[in-house]
Amino acid sequence: MSGPSTYEPKTGFTRWMDARLPIIRLGYDSFVDFPTPRNLNYWWTFGGILAIFLVIQIISGIVLAMHYVPHESMAFESLERIRRDVKFGWLIQSMHANGASFFFVAVYIHMFRGLYYGSYKAPREILWILGVVIYLLMMATGFMGYVLPWGQMSYWGAMVITNLIGALPFIGDAIREWLWGGFSVGQATLSRFFSLHYLLPFVIAAVVALHLWALHVPGNGNPVGIEVKTKKDTLPFHPFYTVKDGFAIIVYLIIFAAFVFFLPNVLGHADNFIPADPLSTPAHIVPEWYYLPFYAILRAITFDIGPIDAKLGGVIAMFGAILILFVLPWLDTSKVRSMRFRPVTRVFFILFLLACLGLGWCGAKNPDDLVFAIGHDAEGVATGFKFVWFAQLLTFYYFAYFLIVLPVMGIIEKPLDRPASIEAAVLGTAKA
Amino acid sequence: MTEQNGALGEHGQEPSRRDFIYIAATGAAAIGAGLAIWPFIDQMNPAADTLALGSIRVDVSTVTDGTEITVMWRGGPVFIRHRTQPMIDEARAVPLGDLPDDVSRNLNAGMEAASAADENRVLRPEYLIVKGNCTHLGCVPLGIGADMGDYDGWYCPCHGSHYDGSARIRRGPAPENLPVPDYYFESETTVKIGLSPDEAAQSGWVAS
Repeated sequence: MSGPSTYEPKTGFTRWMDARLPIIRLGYDSFVDFPTPRNLNYWWTFGGILAIFLVIQIISGIVLAMHYVPHESMAFESLERIRRDVKFGWLIQSMHANGASFFFVAVYIHMFRGLYYGSYKAPREILWILGVVIYLLMMATGFMGYVLPWGQMSYWGAMVITNLIGALPFIGDAIREWLWGGFSVGQATLSRFFSLHYLLPFVIAAVVALHLWALHVPGNGNPVGIEVKTKKDTLPFHPFYTVKDGFAIIVYLIIFAAFVFFLPNVLGHADNFIPADPLSTPAHIVPEWYYLPFYAILRAITFDIGPIDAKLGGVIAMFGAILILFVLPWLDTSKVRSMRFRPVTRVFFILFLLACLGLGWCGAKNPDDLVFAIGHDAEGVATGFKFVWFAQLLTFYYFAYFLIVLPVMGIIEKPLDRPASIEAAVLGTAKA
Repeated sequence: MTEQNGALGEHGQEPSRRDFIYIAATGAAAIGAGLAIWPFIDQMNPAADTLALGSIRVDVSTVTDGTEITVMWRGGPVFIRHRTQPMIDEARAVPLGDLPDDVSRNLNAGMEAASAADENRVLRPEYLIVKGNCTHLGCVPLGIGADMGDYDGWYCPCHGSHYDGSARIRRGPAPENLPVPDYYFESETTVKIGLSPDEAAQSGWVAS
């Protein structure tokens, strides 16, 4: 933990325990007297929110697994039974399905907070990398979970994503068949996705423990991005941040409850209320909203790049968009963490945020639809700026932000003056 | 430990019996672990009963001229289109240079490595039989009665791939022609999909 332990066992039992398994000391040093920068804003509360949602997903998921039947002829009906007949099934299923979306909302805010405030920079590279690992595990878990209802979107989402693997040269077909356990998405696929969907949240929990460990060695970053220097820069985690996090968690849970109770299906797709049919594809396959930006990047590569055909190129770009986050700590050359003191890069960051939202928009649309119309062709069909072109533009910017903006701006940008200390930043004493 | 260090000193840099045991034991453990992992990986491959569900028999007498049916084979769709003479002529008139994928993609004997000419895509010109998953990401393209695309074949609504009247990719992100499965005609109106005549003879299936 950050700094020496300040825990002093007071009763006979806690002294006895402390000499054998100092778990109370670990909890005290991590969550009670943990020295936390005094200037953390509400963007820092999403870590706590994420922890709560991991617990919500695991508990509601374990309950759903008691009633769900992972069989291609029974899965769909077992889910309808949970929603209609199982006591409180409507509530728990709605919590689980909407919980996934709220989990991703929180993780995206958490990640953009890290990007804005430079949370990935030394000495927090491992902390950031573990976070990207958690994000990847979340995506895998979310994808497999969405297959389990075995509706049309479940089936065809699974078909499209597993077919991406087929784009790999030479071994693609063999790996795809291995993933399917057959010649198509089917019973074997459903069974194994159910098994892994149950397993992965516990793997996530384990990586979260490492993530917290890596957090508690250097301690939290903070909005001004300068390190803690004296005790005056910090506050004990409890009660200051337990209360602040608790307040944020309650506000977030109120919004969550509004969806669970009043808008339970608004984030889903109507097509997933049609049982899976291997002979008929829905007119418009879209993944869950939280994958849309990456789906847009996948579809933006419509051209061959040297020996790489468009299909493989799309797959490489899509996975590359996530994997590039692993090397981000070494791409950003600036010593200044917080974008508050980087006036030019900050504009690029806002554009990056807009590009990610724009990619999400493109992912939800048909590539040939028009962002805006310009005129009409000879047959009277509207022509204009297509979504696929928009997606290509935004994909270019997505990668340029990491590969050009961050490496170059760190060298050429003149950052603003930073305060002398966190205490000075909060209490407004003279700037150094 | 000091005793052991002393023993190593006596032998100088020569490999000792202990070194040999160390390397042999570690090597055996590594190989053993590798071999032990294999069953846990291989179990995910298609099981024997899945592999055994290899072939189906389809009555094509109801597929009239200019219509098509979709049948389920190995968990996915197979298109059987009964082409009219103009449809066959149109498919055969396409210059091979216009085809993004110039391989037949036909699993039937003698046609695997052939060109993508329509003659190499069918056993009988009037019946075009292909697997019905787009070679891009596996969606089921639309055909007769829906949107046939710009080349009078199939159109995949997912990402806009157009296939022609021989189910060859013409435009869009799909990299390959729709593949032709193993099949043969048992009679004038019955087609067996998933088995070549040779395999049928070996496995006891007899064309009747």
